[in-house]
Amino acid sequence: MGIRFVLFVNKQGQTRLAQYYEHVSIDERRALEGEIVRKCLAPSYSLPLLGSENPGFSSGRYLCSFVEHRNYKVVYRRYASLFFLVGVDNDENELAILEFIHLFVETMDHHFGNVCELDIMFHLEKVHFMLEEMVMNGCIVETSDVEVVEK
Amino acid sequence: MHRSPMAPTPPAPVPAPSLVDTLFQRSLGDLVKFLRADPSAAGESTAVARALSEIHREIRAPDAATKATALQKLTYLSSLHFAPVASHPLAFPAIELIASPFLPHKRLAYLAASLSLHPASLSLLPLATHQLHKDLSPSTSAAASHNVSALALQLLASPAAAAAPDLAAHLAHDLLPHLSRGSPRAIAAAARVIAASPSAAVPILFKPLAACLASPDPRASTAAAAAFCELSAPPADAAPFLPLAPDLYNLLTTSRSNWALIKVLKVFGRLAPLESRLAARIVDPVCQLLARSAAMSLTFECIRTVLTALPAHDTAVCLAIGKAKEFLTAEDDPNLRYLGLLALGMLGPTYVSTVHECRDVIAQSLGDADSNIRREALHLMMGMIDRNNIMDIAGMLVSHAAKSDPEFANDILGAVLAACGHNVYELVSDFDWYVSLLTDMARSLHCAQGDEIGRQLVDVGLRVQDARPELVHSSRTLLIDPALLANHLLCPVLSAAAWVSGEYVNFTKDPVELVEALLQPRTSLLPMSVRAVYIQAVFKVITFCCNSYVERLSDSSKEVAVGLNGLSIDETVSEGRKAPLVSGDEQITVPSMMEKDPFSEKSIIHMIDLIETTVGPLFECNEVEVLERARNLIGFVHLIREVQELKESKVDDDEKHSWVKELVKNMQTVFSQEIGPVSLNAQEKVSLPVDIVLNETLAELDDIVSEDDTTPSSSILFYPRSHGSIENRNEPALSLGSSSLLSEHRKRHGLYYLPTGKTEDEPVDYPHANDPLLPASNESSLDDKSNTAQPVTGGKKLKAVKSRPKVVKLDGEDFLSSMVPSANVPKEDSLSGAVRGVLLDRDLKPSSSQKASDKAYEGIVNKMETGGSSSQWKNNVDAELVGHPTSSSRPSIQPSHEKESTNPLESDGKEVKEPKRHRRSSRGGHHQGKHKHRERHSTQPDVPQAPIIQDFLL
Repeated sequence: MGIRFVLFVNKQGQTRLAQYYEHVSIDERRALEGEIVRKCLAPSYSLPLLGSENPGFSSGRYLCSFVEHRNYKVVYRRYASLFFLVGVDNDENELAILEFIHLFVETMDHHFGNVCELDIMFHLEKVHFMLEEMVMNGCIVETSDVEVVEK
Repeated sequence: MHRSPMAPTPPAPVPAPSLVDTLFQRSLGDLVKFLRADPSAAGESTAVARALSEIHREIRAPDAATKATALQKLTYLSSLHFAPVASHPLAFPAIELIASPFLPHKRLAYLAASLSLHPASLSLLPLATHQLHKDLSPSTSAAASHNVSALALQLLASPAAAAAPDLAAHLAHDLLPHLSRGSPRAIAAAARVIAASPSAAVPILFKPLAACLASPDPRASTAAAAAFCELSAPPADAAPFLPLAPDLYNLLTTSRSNWALIKVLKVFGRLAPLESRLAARIVDPVCQLLARSAAMSLTFECIRTVLTALPAHDTAVCLAIGKAKEFLTAEDDPNLRYLGLLALGMLGPTYVSTVHECRDVIAQSLGDADSNIRREALHLMMGMIDRNNIMDIAGMLVSHAAKSDPEFANDILGAVLAACGHNVYELVSDFDWYVSLLTDMARSLHCAQGDEIGRQLVDVGLRVQDARPELVHSSRTLLIDPALLANHLLCPVLSAAAWVSGEYVNFTKDPVELVEALLQPRTSLLPMSVRAVYIQAVFKVITFCCNSYVERLSDSSKEVAVGLNGLSIDETVSEGRKAPLVSGDEQITVPSMMEKDPFSEKSIIHMIDLIETTVGPLFECNEVEVLERARNLIGFVHLIREVQELKESKVDDDEKHSWVKELVKNMQTVFSQEIGPVSLNAQEKVSLPVDIVLNETLAELDDIVSEDDTTPSSSILFYPRSHGSIENRNEPALSLGSSSLLSEHRKRHGLYYLPTGKTEDEPVDYPHANDPLLPASNESSLDDKSNTAQPVTGGKKLKAVKSRPKVVKLDGEDFLSSMVPSANVPKEDSLSGAVRGVLLDRDLKPSSSQKASDKAYEGIVNKMETGGSSSQWKNNVDAELVGHPTSSSRPSIQPSHEKESTNPLESDGKEVKEPKRHRRSSRGGHHQGKHKHRERHSTQPDVPQAPIIQDFLL
C-alpha cells in the first residue's frame, strides 16, 4: 500500500479531513494525528513568513517536507492555513506524493474556485469523493475535469 | 419529512423535540454552523451530543431522504472523530441506503460504508454482499451503471474489504468484466481483493490483472503497475512476479506517465536482485530515464532503483551518484537535499569512497535548519566511521554537538557513544583520546547521555588497563569542577568518575586534592546514591595514602618515631584549624602547602580532618547506603587517630606502630583486588555446590513428564542428535528410568532448562562471576580466559602510531551478537504462494524467460522429491528452507533432521539445538567458538533465499 492516510489539518491542529486506507481504530487515529500534528506543524510556526503565503507556497522552502514517523513517512505541504499531510510507506516516492498533493489542491481549486478551509468544512463529502476519484490504493485519476463532471 | 412514530426516546438528555426539529431536519450545513457557533471544547461536545441524538432519531426514519441526511451528518461527525464509529452503528443504515435507486443516496451510503466498515461490523457484510454483487453486474443503462459500479468498486478497494476477506472472495468474479474493460478502479479493487484473500482471488483475478499491464489504455496500465507494485511490496515475496517482467519492461520503455514509471521501477527494484539477467536488461532504459527525465520524482526513483537493485553496473551507479550529488547541492530545496543524503545512504560498501568525497557537504548538512536533514547527515557520518577516521569524525561531531540544539546534540552524542562502544570498543585504538572525548561529551552543554557516558567510563577502566592513568586524570577534571555538581544529568558521570578515581587511586597525582574534590561542600547537591560512591572513593583514597605513608616509614625505620611524633604534633595544629575548615574555604587555603608530598603525615592529617568534619554530619543521614559507608569511613579514621593518641601518651612505640601498619596493610589488600568485567554468561559459570542434587525434587515430576513424552521417549530417534560425546557419557550416570526420561525432556525443551554443566567431568575453567583477573600476577591466564579484540579492518594500513592496547573482552559478548540475527527470519506468505501457483499453471504466449523460470521451478520441486530421502522431508522443505536458515549451512546435522521430522514437536527441538550447540562450542575452545559464530552470523541472511534464486537462473 503506497498511501496509508490523507489528513487535512488547519493551523490550530484541528483535523479537517481524515481518510485512512487501512484500518485504524479511533483511539489510534487520535493519538496518531496528535503526534503527527506536533511533529509537522510545530517547526513551521516559527517561519518568518507567516501570513504572507499564497496558495502554492510550501513550508518546504525552509524545511524539508518529509518527516519520518514510526515506520512510515509523512509527506506534508502547507497551503494557506491548511496542512495537507499524506502518510506513505517508507519506500514510496516522496516527491511524487508532493506532486499529488499539489494536484489535489489544484483539483479542489478548480471545483470550488479558490478553495479555502470553509469550503472543505462545508463540503466534506465532496472532497471525499474527489479524493476517492484520485486515490484508490495509490494514485489513479489525474485530470480534474473528470471529477467535476462526475459531481 | 415526518418523525417516525416508532422512534424511541433518545438516550442523551435532550430537550423534548420541538416542532421545528420534527418538521425541518437540519442539513449538514446547519450542523457545521451549529458546531462552529461555540468553538469551546465544552460547547462543541454538547453540540455533538445533541446532534448525535438527533441523528439517532432521524436515521431510523423510513423516509430515505431523512435517513440519507442523517447518515450524511453522522458520517461527517464520525470522520472528524467527534463520534466514535463503533458506538454509533453507521454500517447498518449505510447498507440499507446502498440499495437506494437514487444515485446521491447511494453515493452517500457507499462513502459511509467505506469509512465505517471495520472488523467490528463484519456481521453486516453478508447484507452488503448481495447489493454489491447487483451493483457490479452490468445493466442496460450504461452511464448509470458505470457510476454505480464505480461506487461499488470504491468500496471494494477501501479498507473495509481488506477487513472482510469473505466479501472479497465472493465478489471476485464480479470484478472480471470491469477488469477486462480496463477500469482503473477495478484494477485497484482487484489488488485489494487479492491482498485480502489470496487463496480465493488469485486464481480468478491474477491473469486478467496481469493482462491489464499490457493494456493500450495508459490509465489501465498505470493502475496495473501500481497494483503490482503494491502486491510485490516487501512483506510479500517478489519472486512469483518475475514472469511479469516482459510486460513491465514494455511499460518501462514505452510509458510516458511518470507515476507508472515510478511504480514499474519499484517493482523492478524488487525483481532485479532475484534475476541477474533482468538487471542487465533494465540498466539501459533506467539510465536513459535518469539522464533525460525532467521530473525530480522520477529521477530520484531511478537513483533509488540503481543504487539498491543494480549495484553491479558501474556506469549506472556513477550516473546515479552524479545525480544524487546534484540533489545534495540544491541550495533552495531542502527536499532535494534530504533525498540526496538519502541516496548516499543507499550506497553499498563498494562505494564508500564516494560517501567520503561528500564528507564536507554532509558535515555542512549537520548544521541544516531542518531536523530531518541533520538526522540523515548524522546517519551518514556514522556510516563513514572506521578505525582510521574515528578520531576525526567523532571529535568533529562532539564539537558540533556543542553548537546544536539540545535534541540534536543528544542525538549526536548518543550516536557517537554507540559507534565507539560498539562491540567492546572495536573501533577505538587510542583510549587516551577516547577517555578525554568521553569527558568532553559529559561537559558538552546539553548532554543528557550521562548514563551511557558513566557506564563507558567504568567499562573502559575495567577492560583497558592502559587507559587507566588518563581515565583518572580525566576524572579529576570532572570531579574538581564544582559547576558540574549542580547538573543532575551528569550525576552518573560524576559517580563513574568518583568510582574510577577511587578504584585506580594509584594513578592519582594528587590524592589530597582528590579527597578535597570528593568532599567539597557542593557534593550535598548530589543524589544519595552518588554520594555513597563518593564516600567509598574517599575511603579508598585515604587507605591508599596511609598505606603509602606506612610503607615509606618502614623503608627507613629510623624515622619512624620522628614521623609518628610529628603526626601527633601536627594533629594539635590542625585541631585549631577545624573551624575555618567547616566554613568551606579549605580548597583555597590548604592545598598550596600540601602539594609537595601527598603521603606526608601533614597531608594525611589534613585529609583525616577533612573527612571527620564533612563526613561526620552524614551520621544523621537517613539513606542507609550513605550512612553505612560514612560510618565505615569514620570508623577507619578513628582507628588511625587512636593510634596517634596512644603515641602521645608514649606507650610502646614499636608495637603500636606495627599494629597500625598491619591495619593499613589489611585495608589496602581489601581494596587492591582487581575488579574485572563480568561476562553476560557469568551466571551459568557459577559452579554448583557438590552436595546439591537437583534431580531429587524433579523426580517427583515423573508422572507429568512421562505423560507428556510417551511417544517420543519410546523412539530412539532423539538419541543421535548433534550433542557430542560428553553428554552421552553422562547418560549411564543417570541410569534410573526417570532420569533418562528427564534427560530426554531436557533435550527437547532445553530452552526452559538451565544449561547443564555441573555433571560434566571436564574442569570448569571459567572465571567465576566476579573473578578477579589479576593481570599483574597471572598474565597468561588472562590471555587464556579473555579474547582481546582484534582489528577488523584487514588489508588497510592503520594510521595510528600507537599500538592498540589490550581490551578485555569476554566470550559472552560474542555470544549475544551472534544470536541477534537469527531473530529476523523471513516468512513465506500466503499471497506469494498463491500467486506462484497461478503463474505456474499459467499458459501464456511463449516467452523464453517465463518458460525458463517455470521449468526452473519444476526443477526445484523435482529436486526436492529426489533429493530428500523420505517423503516427510519433502513436506517440510518449505519450513526447512525458510524457517531455519542455519540448518542448510550445517550439513553435519542433516541426518538427524530427517529423522526428527516425524516428531510432531519438531520446531521445538530445533530451536533448542541452537543455544545448546553454541554452548558446547564455547566450552570446547573459546577462540574457535568465537570464529564459528562470526562465520555463521555472516552467512545467515543469505541462506534462505539462495536455493530459490539459483534455480531460477538455470
